[in-house]
Amino acid sequence: MTDGNAIAERVELERLAQSWAPPRGWIGWLSAADHKTIGIRYLVTGFAFFALAGLLAMLMRLQLARPENTLIGPDFYDEVFSTHGTVMMFLFAVPIAQGFAVYLVPLMIGAREIAFPRLNAFSYWLYLFGGLMIVAAFAINVGPDAGWFAYVPLTEQAYTPSKRADIWAQMITFTEVSALAVAVQLIVTIFKLRAPGMSLNRMPLFVWGSLVVAFMVVFAMPAIMLASSALIADRLVNTRFFDTHRGGDTLLYQHLFWFFGHPEVYIIFLPGAGFVSSIVATFARRPVFGYVPMVASLIVTGFLAFGLWVHHMFVTGIPQLGAAFFTAASMMVAIPSGVQIFCWLATLWDGRLVYSTALLFCLGFIPIFVLGGLTGVMVASVPIDMQVHDTYFVVAHLHYVLIGGFLFPLFGAFYYWLPKISGRLLNETAGRWHFWLLFIGFNVTFFPMHWLGLAGMPRRVYTYPDGIGWSGMNLLASIGAAIIAISIVMFLANLAWSLRRGATAGDNPWGAGTLEWATASPPPAYNFAAPPIVAGREPLWVEPDVQRVATGLRSDIREVLVTHLLDASPDHRYPFPDPSIWPLLAALATTGMFIGSIFTPWAIPIGALPMLVTFTGWFWPKSPEPEGGR
Amino acid sequence: MKTEAVLDVSGLPHYAYGQRSILWWGTLGFCLIEGTAFALALVAYFYLRGKTETWPPGGIKPPDLFWGTLNTVILLASCIPNRWVKAAAEREQLGPVRLWLVVCLVFGLAFNAVRGFEFCVLNVHWDTDAYGSIVWCLMFLHTTHIVTDVADTAVLTALMMTSLARGSRFVDVSENAFYWYFVVLTWLPIYAVVYLVPRWL
Repeated sequence: MTDGNAIAERVELERLAQSWAPPRGWIGWLSAADHKTIGIRYLVTGFAFFALAGLLAMLMRLQLARPENTLIGPDFYDEVFSTHGTVMMFLFAVPIAQGFAVYLVPLMIGAREIAFPRLNAFSYWLYLFGGLMIVAAFAINVGPDAGWFAYVPLTEQAYTPSKRADIWAQMITFTEVSALAVAVQLIVTIFKLRAPGMSLNRMPLFVWGSLVVAFMVVFAMPAIMLASSALIADRLVNTRFFDTHRGGDTLLYQHLFWFFGHPEVYIIFLPGAGFVSSIVATFARRPVFGYVPMVASLIVTGFLAFGLWVHHMFVTGIPQLGAAFFTAASMMVAIPSGVQIFCWLATLWDGRLVYSTALLFCLGFIPIFVLGGLTGVMVASVPIDMQVHDTYFVVAHLHYVLIGGFLFPLFGAFYYWLPKISGRLLNETAGRWHFWLLFIGFNVTFFPMHWLGLAGMPRRVYTYPDGIGWSGMNLLASIGAAIIAISIVMFLANLAWSLRRGATAGDNPWGAGTLEWATASPPPAYNFAAPPIVAGREPLWVEPDVQRVATGLRSDIREVLVTHLLDASPDHRYPFPDPSIWPLLAALATTGMFIGSIFTPWAIPIGALPMLVTFTGWFWPKSPEPEGGR
Repeated sequence: MKTEAVLDVSGLPHYAYGQRSILWWGTLGFCLIEGTAFALALVAYFYLRGKTETWPPGGIKPPDLFWGTLNTVILLASCIPNRWVKAAAEREQLGPVRLWLVVCLVFGLAFNAVRGFEFCVLNVHWDTDAYGSIVWCLMFLHTTHIVTDVADTAVLTALMMTSLARGSRFVDVSENAFYWYFVVLTWLPIYAVVYLVPRWL
């Protein structure tokens, strides 16, 4: 390369950096829309909610550590377990997985930005405000106290006269509007912004998982919004959806809730599976075995997940034929999950393993998730479900599935991708301590709960009598919870130390094959100086020495290459708008309406006006179109 | 790592219509979400109907046909100027786009006004019983759509009257028309359920 070329290239990079530079000042901070910035905000916020809900879990274990404990009373205990479940499901698991997808998907597919970045910022703000609302409610003792599902009739006005149920219902509205908008952004990003050459059959498995999850969100979350809106309407304007004296039906609520609630389990698990596929491939030094069956399993899981919801309602007296159908469907969903497990095992079997902390978390995930899956097959059977419903057996099952299927892969993802995000490696020794403490602590906490459940201990009780044989196992579970807490503190300490002093990561510290490792760590605002051209499923393994790229995107404005859906051949160069403060203002206006409608239905028409103003401000172009045309 | 330029994309256009555009896919995504909400509300209607002996229960009269049917006609008729505004947008003819946007807007104001009369002749209140609740729910869901669609269209019409009306703003017009079809089409099953099911099923 001649000197002249090098200078021209440097000028070009400077211009790119300038066009994509984040806005300055605190207004700029509030306007930021870069998918990496928003992704990091999701991760930080999600983790904060995880810590909060984890503290509530500790409180419960403290209370249950010995029989007839008087540390916390029944009312507060109700509020604690309800808030724990609600925060873990709605404010931690789904948003943090979406945060990773928001950060990683554009990088993995070689794009400069997520589709609709300002909508992305709007989604984040709504999520944050909804989360803060529930925290504030908990702090002033009006947090939800009727379980994470807020069943009627308990949550109807007659039995919950306070605002607890309304606050829960509006938290749903906040988080689901946010999650739905992110799902649309991810679908469009994956369909239309893939780098040239990344046809659908070359997409990384993580991206496939994100796509399937996004579609599941689109079809599942409207159900819970309908359920929670009907609930708040029953409470606020006396509709009769769930009022059995006026033709309403309480089971309608359960159907709507679980039509969302069961897919939700896979909405949480499939991103975990995506983390595992990325990490296992990298540290086994070979592509994941069985790409086609893996993708097929993701899609089949996505469909089957919508046909299982009634297994949460076996004890409600539904017709026997219905129960039989849902038993069969519930057992069937174990098949695609099993296929994925076997593909990972085959990959590990055939690979040259590098035992990094990230891989350890994936190896820990497999036995825990399999155990959770097997107890899942057990409770899919109606007679067993009748026996253990609402006991600690189910608590054990769901934590094996969710912690095994999501939290372990999530920590693996932190060790694996934080070097990309921060530019620094996490300490591996501390990581190993973190892993083993969590693995042991988890099993010590939750394995005894299987036994407690079979011994008849019900869920959601704030205490239990002495001398009926539950005390020892409860104490053991509480000790395990303390070990988990220590492991989390280790992780946070490692994080705090490594972000300042950790070894520099470089572009590709793990020798991985996917595109996010083809750019700097942390990536520049524009992600890639030129869109890479993709020749295989692991582009960096297929062409390790030379990066073929497409040139010709403008560097003086934010321009993104849009490609065709199937084969990702280039279609057009689309100019993205600059970040603006309007998405935040729109989120504030929307928040005003959502919170107002906890108290009065008039909040809807009155609150619509500021929304109209802010959304118009957002939509209105700030600068004329660039020259060019179609 | 060394880079090698093998493809020049500088000659590509900077926007496109229909399924080539990211806006089209975004709009489709929101149509799927809202369509799912409509479908689930319709399922809830039939679920509640299955729980009672008579429908509408307790001697309630079905909604009067006149305003609802008139509105169905207006909504369907609005597809004609909507089709023309979409075609004009994709040919990037500013004059016709402005004209047909205004016509669409007039239709929009008309069906919003008629919707007001519809609410007066549903013959049931939302707090009477579950039948009333689900009928109002379906009507309310659709009404939020026609209100927001008309508000969108009003803002877009204003925008297209300014000097900013060029280039990919025509894509906005085309996608707005796409969403308009969605709002009209989702009315048909809701009309059938709210107005015809209590009479004929």
